[in-house]
Amino acid sequence: MSLLATSSHQERIEQLPGHRAVLARDRPLRLSSGADLSPVTVAYQTYGRLNAAKTNAVLVCHALTGDQFAADTHPVTGKAGWWSLMVGSGKVLDSDRLFIICANVLGGCLGTTGPADLNPETGEPWGLDFPVVTMTDMVEAQRLLLDHLGIDKLLAVIGGSMGGMQVLEWAAKYPERVGAAIPLATAPHHTAQNIAFHEIGRQAIMADPDWQGGAYFRSGKKPRRGLAVARMTAHVTYLSEPALHRKFGRRLQDRKGLSFGFDADFQVESYLRHQGKSFVDRFDANSYLYITRAMDYFDLAADYGGKLAAAFTESPVRFCVASFTSDWLFPTAEAKRVVHALNAAAADVSFVEIDSDKGHDAFLLNEPELHATLHGFLSAQCERNGIPTAPLAPIDDTEIGETEERVT
Amino acid sequence: MSPLDSPALRAKQAGKRAGLQSGGQAGMRADLQLIADMIEPSSRVLDVGCGDGQLLHHLVERKSVTGRGLELSQEGVNAMVSNGLSVVQGDADTDLIDFPDRAFDYVVLSQTLQATRDPRFVLEQLVRIGRHAIVSFPNFGYWRIRLRLLFGGRMPVTESLPDRWFETPNIHLCTLLDFLELCRACDIVVERGLTLDKRGEAQSITGRPRANLFATDGLFLLRQG
Repeated sequence: MSLLATSSHQERIEQLPGHRAVLARDRPLRLSSGADLSPVTVAYQTYGRLNAAKTNAVLVCHALTGDQFAADTHPVTGKAGWWSLMVGSGKVLDSDRLFIICANVLGGCLGTTGPADLNPETGEPWGLDFPVVTMTDMVEAQRLLLDHLGIDKLLAVIGGSMGGMQVLEWAAKYPERVGAAIPLATAPHHTAQNIAFHEIGRQAIMADPDWQGGAYFRSGKKPRRGLAVARMTAHVTYLSEPALHRKFGRRLQDRKGLSFGFDADFQVESYLRHQGKSFVDRFDANSYLYITRAMDYFDLAADYGGKLAAAFTESPVRFCVASFTSDWLFPTAEAKRVVHALNAAAADVSFVEIDSDKGHDAFLLNEPELHATLHGFLSAQCERNGIPTAPLAPIDDTEIGETEERVT
Repeated sequence: MSPLDSPALRAKQAGKRAGLQSGGQAGMRADLQLIADMIEPSSRVLDVGCGDGQLLHHLVERKSVTGRGLELSQEGVNAMVSNGLSVVQGDADTDLIDFPDRAFDYVVLSQTLQATRDPRFVLEQLVRIGRHAIVSFPNFGYWRIRLRLLFGGRMPVTESLPDRWFETPNIHLCTLLDFLELCRACDIVVERGLTLDKRGEAQSITGRPRANLFATDGLFLLRQG
C-alpha cells in the first residue's frame, strides 16, 4: 500500500499524479438540483498526444468506483489501471494514434470535487452538505474540462456501466461534440432492482456508527465496516454464478471441515471480505453514497418527455452498443431498449451481444470478441476522420492474469 | 449442382453456414450485383437480413452509401461490426416496426422474405420505411420445382433449399405471380421487375406466365402506392 493511504484526504489529493483543472470559477456550474458549484476541480489522466487539428480525442468514462487511472499504475493500490487491457499502445484505444482522456467524476474522491473535499464556505469537508449530483452534472463537469482543453469534438466517447450512462448522456445532450458513442454493459435508466442493490449498500454505510451522519472526518474514524459490506454486495452483482463457481465453487478456505461458526469457512466468503477491506482504503464512503444516487436518478427518457427515441432524434452520432450474455445487472434487454430507440430515430447504430460467462464486469476483462468488434468500429471511425489505423496487438498473457480480479 | 437450384438462395445459405467472409466484391452474388445497380450513389440503405454483409460492404465502399444492416445471427452481426459496418441484431418480423417512415432511400430484403413469419406485414413495413424497397426471393413456380413436386410428389429438397419441409427456415415460399398479387393487394407499386435464370442472368419481366415458369429468382424494385 502506498503512503498516500495514511495521509489526510487533502494531502493525498495534492500528491496524486496526473492533471487537475480548476474550472467554473467565473461562472458556477448549475447542477440538476438547482444548486451552484464553484469552483469545480476535475482530476484527469491522458494517454497519447492530441493531434494539431484536435480530432483524435477519445473520452473514457469510468464506472461507479473507477477513477481517472485507466491505464497506469494506481497511486493508492499500486495495481494496474482498471482498463489497461483496452487503453495503451496497439490496444483498442491506441495511445499511439489517439489522445485518450479519463477524468474522475464529479462527486468522486480522487481529485475531482466531491464530498470529501473542503467546502469553501466552511473550510471543512463537505460531507452531506455536498449537493446531490446527477449523470448530467458529471457530464457537464467533463464538458467544462473539454472546453478547457480546447477540444470541440470528440472522436469517440466510451464507457461501461455508469460510464455507459455518461456516454448516452453525452450523445443525447451534445450530439455535435461526439463523433461516436460506445456505451457498454449499460442501460437508459437504472432499474428498480439496481436501485434496490444500491440502497442496501447505502444503508450498510449509514448503519455503521462510525459514519456519524456523514461527518466522520471530524473524529477521524471512517465507516469502514459499512463501506466494506456495501462493496461486498455490489461485488456479487458484478459477477455471474458460473464465474463465481469456476473460481470458488463451495471450496473451503484453509481448513479441512466446517467450523460450525461464522468464520470465513468458504473461499468465496474470504474473497468477499478481502474485496470489502481493500476497497475502504481507496474509496470514500460519502462519495459512494453520492455516486450510487446519481446512477439511481439516471433516466434518460425522462429528460425527453418519456420517449427515449426523442433523445436521439436527427443524431449524427455513430453508436456501438454492447452487452454481455451473463450480465444480470445490466442485461441485454436493457441495451436493446437503447438500440430500439436508436432504430426509431434512424440513427447509425451497431449492436453486439458478447457471449461471456463473466457477468457485468466482462467489459473490463479479456474478451477477444469485444476487443475485435470495438477495434473494427473504432478503425472505421478513424478512417472517416483521417486518423491512421493499425491492427490490434495481441494481449500479453501476464496482463490477463493481473486483470482476473478486476472489478470496478 | 442440383438442377433445382436458385443460385442466389444457395449462395446466401452457404454464406450463412460459413459465417462471415465479407468484402470480396469480385465474385459478388448475381442478385446482389443487380440490387447494387438499382441503388443510387450516396443514398441511405437499410439491408434487412444482411447475411454476411457483402452487399452493404460493396455499397459503402463503391457507392458511398450510408448503410445499415439488420441481421438475425448475433455471430454474423459481431463479425460485420468488426469489419466497420453498422449492423444490429434483430428480426425483420418484430423490429422493422421501430423504424420511422421514410428513414431510408432503399430498404433491401434479399432472399429473406420466404423466411419471415408474416411476409405481408414485412413487405408493408419495407415500403413504409424506405422510399423504395428492393426484394428478391426464390421463385417456387420454376419449372424444375414444379416437375419435382409433380412427379416426386414431395416438397423439393435441393442444394439451395436443403432443409426438409419440417425443418426449413423458408416457411413462406411463393411464386412470382403470388408475389405480384400480394403487391397489388397491399397497394404496392412495382417500379421494376427482373428475373434470374439458373445461370444467374437477369431479364426484365415481360411475359409473366413465362417468367414464372423459367425464372429461379425474382427481384423487384417497389414503392408504396
